[in-house]
Amino acid sequence: MELIRLEGIDFAYPERPHVFKGLDFSLKKGDRLGILGPNGAGKSTLFLIAMGLLKPGAGSVSLFGKPMLAEKDFQGMRTRLGYCFQDPDDQLFSATVLEDVAFGPLNQGKDKAEVRRLVDNTLKTLGLDGFGPRVTYHLSGGERRLVSLATVLAMQPEALLLDEPTAGLDQETEARLESVLMSSQLSWAIISHDREFLQRTCNTLLHLKNGVLTSLGEGSARAGVV
Amino acid sequence: MHLETFAHGDSLIHALDPRAKLLAALLFSVVVGISTTSSVLWAGLCLAVVLLLAAKLPWLALLKRALAVNAFVVFLWLVLPWRLEVGPGLAWNLVFDPRGLHLAGAVTIKANAIIMILIALLGTCPINNLFHALAHLHAPRKLVHLFLFFYRYLHVLHREYHRLNLAMRARGFRPGNNAHTYRTYAQLAGMVLVKSYDRAERVYQAMLCRGFSGEYWLLDHFAWKRRDSMFLSTFVMLMAGLAALGIWGSPWN
Repeated sequence: MELIRLEGIDFAYPERPHVFKGLDFSLKKGDRLGILGPNGAGKSTLFLIAMGLLKPGAGSVSLFGKPMLAEKDFQGMRTRLGYCFQDPDDQLFSATVLEDVAFGPLNQGKDKAEVRRLVDNTLKTLGLDGFGPRVTYHLSGGERRLVSLATVLAMQPEALLLDEPTAGLDQETEARLESVLMSSQLSWAIISHDREFLQRTCNTLLHLKNGVLTSLGEGSARAGVV
Repeated sequence: MHLETFAHGDSLIHALDPRAKLLAALLFSVVVGISTTSSVLWAGLCLAVVLLLAAKLPWLALLKRALAVNAFVVFLWLVLPWRLEVGPGLAWNLVFDPRGLHLAGAVTIKANAIIMILIALLGTCPINNLFHALAHLHAPRKLVHLFLFFYRYLHVLHREYHRLNLAMRARGFRPGNNAHTYRTYAQLAGMVLVKSYDRAERVYQAMLCRGFSGEYWLLDHFAWKRRDSMFLSTFVMLMAGLAALGIWGSPWN
């Protein structure tokens, strides 16, 4: 099944040259895409368009096989894709870790008891037991990154869109992040400058430059995803 | 940046439910704030001092707060006793009016009483609990959101400001009383503003990605105890007493 499909996307920021002209992109179930590319190539823009947060000048976006024509169409779909922003300070807006991780599942309409269970499990998976009552702005950079991953994992999405998930992480935290990802059954697209990380965690590497996506071949991760 | 100087402690006041403290502080501010009766103001000040003592807060930090507030009050003492009298032909002179001194005295007592109550009752709650209390008391949702985001991103903006400031100093910037300094600070302020605008947009997008549709959820609920009922009912009675005193008592002079 095709989770994300972008077709013929044109996009430009106001008074700047085109970022994309006729770009196609697709994320299928089982895909683990690693996206490399120079700064300003439009890697984050690609994710923002897929999530319906930026409106392309031309082209079409489909999520889970359904065409997304208006904001309303996107609203129900967004929590099925776990988009983790580049800066955890953008992601974590609540006062406590518990509230922030619970925010997505509560928006999905789950009841409070279930949400608590989900939050506990998610934090445990990430090695963040007991972080619930911690205050988000007093967390360290690495902890903040892991918690922001928890906020999207708690929604039990069908795919992850991760923007620079390893930026600013020490080796130990990066290894923890990697093992959490690799032990999941999720599909994903990851933006990163860390080619080795992408090679370990992805099965296809893509290069985005001058608005064109080219395949760089296969990564080593060939997880048993259905 | 640490804004919760008084929030943690083991006094009875610290243990009270934030909702009870919020309501009590609100009531006190209104009753004392609008009163012009001397006995009400003095009684209010005494009550504030008693609660402040009960909260067992560090004296030095309290003194600093008191000085900060009273720095503004000094201006009132300097300005209020003078009245401008304009005579015929636009001749004017400043006239000393002792009633101004009385007014300044009243404002001084009010300001100190209210600040002390706010420190004793609101300062002793962690700020997160305060906006939860507001939400539980059904304050307008927008107000609660505003309060929450303000506090959450104050830290981020402060960090951003601090980083920019360090970067400036790393390039040899030394503030002085000159145009270069003012221009630089204006740019710094502008930059923090622009960054916060961009930040707000990204935060909103990240919230949309998690299915935000205007609802702020509360998972935790405070446990209202008997002592909270006792505190609040006693406080309401005291305030009713003060209000009665304000209506029938002698005015401030």
